Amino acid sequence: MKVGVVTFPGTLDDRDAARAVTHAGTTVISLWHNDADLKGVDAIILPGGFSYGDYLRCGAISRFAPVMEKIIDAANGGMPLLGICNGFQVLCEAHLLPGALTRNHELHFLCRDQKLEITNNQSAWTSSYSVGQEIVIPLKNGEGSFQCDDATLAALESEGRIIARYVGENPNGSRNKIAGITNERGNVVGLMPHPEHAIDTLTGPTADGLGFFTSVLKALVK
Amino acid sequence: MAKIVVDVMLKPEILDPQGVAVSAALPRLGFTFAKSVRQGKRFEIEIDGDPTPAQLAEVAKAAETLLANPVIETFTVRVEK
Repeated sequence: MKVGVVTFPGTLDDRDAARAVTHAGTTVISLWHNDADLKGVDAIILPGGFSYGDYLRCGAISRFAPVMEKIIDAANGGMPLLGICNGFQVLCEAHLLPGALTRNHELHFLCRDQKLEITNNQSAWTSSYSVGQEIVIPLKNGEGSFQCDDATLAALESEGRIIARYVGENPNGSRNKIAGITNERGNVVGLMPHPEHAIDTLTGPTADGLGFFTSVLKALVK
Repeated sequence: MAKIVVDVMLKPEILDPQGVAVSAALPRLGFTFAKSVRQGKRFEIEIDGDPTPAQLAEVAKAAETLLANPVIETFTVRVEK
């Protein structure tokens, strides 16, 4: 079982993502943005950071990186794919997930421990959780406000494709307090907060984030 | 040589926090004329000679693919002499 972690120029959280994958008991394969080969991985994580300096729009340039062509094909074929923060932005720019992430409504860069409610445990990345479970993981972004048109929002709600919502005050103006969503098939997940920074209490506020990485292991074994 | 200008704006229904911040700063400086402000992006693309309709269509395609995100933004393409 091999999970690929992609590094774009400007990616920050690839090491923590790799550590989380290892911690969950899976082998990590590093993928470089310029690779046109997925090196036989079974699942892929697009970690957070500021790929290509967030030039143009967050994720807009990364979306056309050579590795992304292969990733888009693999995801359309059902491979589990998780985009965290900047990775979520890349998934939206690549149209693997609907909507877009825009500037936080108060304009501030946020960095704090955030409480979330898991609202779907049927995706490849959330099966270790129960619906209604509250977790605390770090949230750190400037452009984390999830926006989409009314029809898309209604579809996400009615199809149960919102995997996590912010609990308490809406930190960034996301529609319906959306923190993460999945595609129709449930293999592609985008999440704004950072589970890879909360896999043990030595380095994170909680170990609540580890479930994302153990979930994919279960999805792959199935 | 001609200049092709692509203007990109957030769709009206998408919140523009930067525009709101500018709008709030103006009256603090004594500029009281603005009812609202929206902030966008402008791309200036230089080409040799006058653009053909095919070239303009190509620019529009590029705008739709890369320069703008049609999920949240609209764009216009025009030629400036």
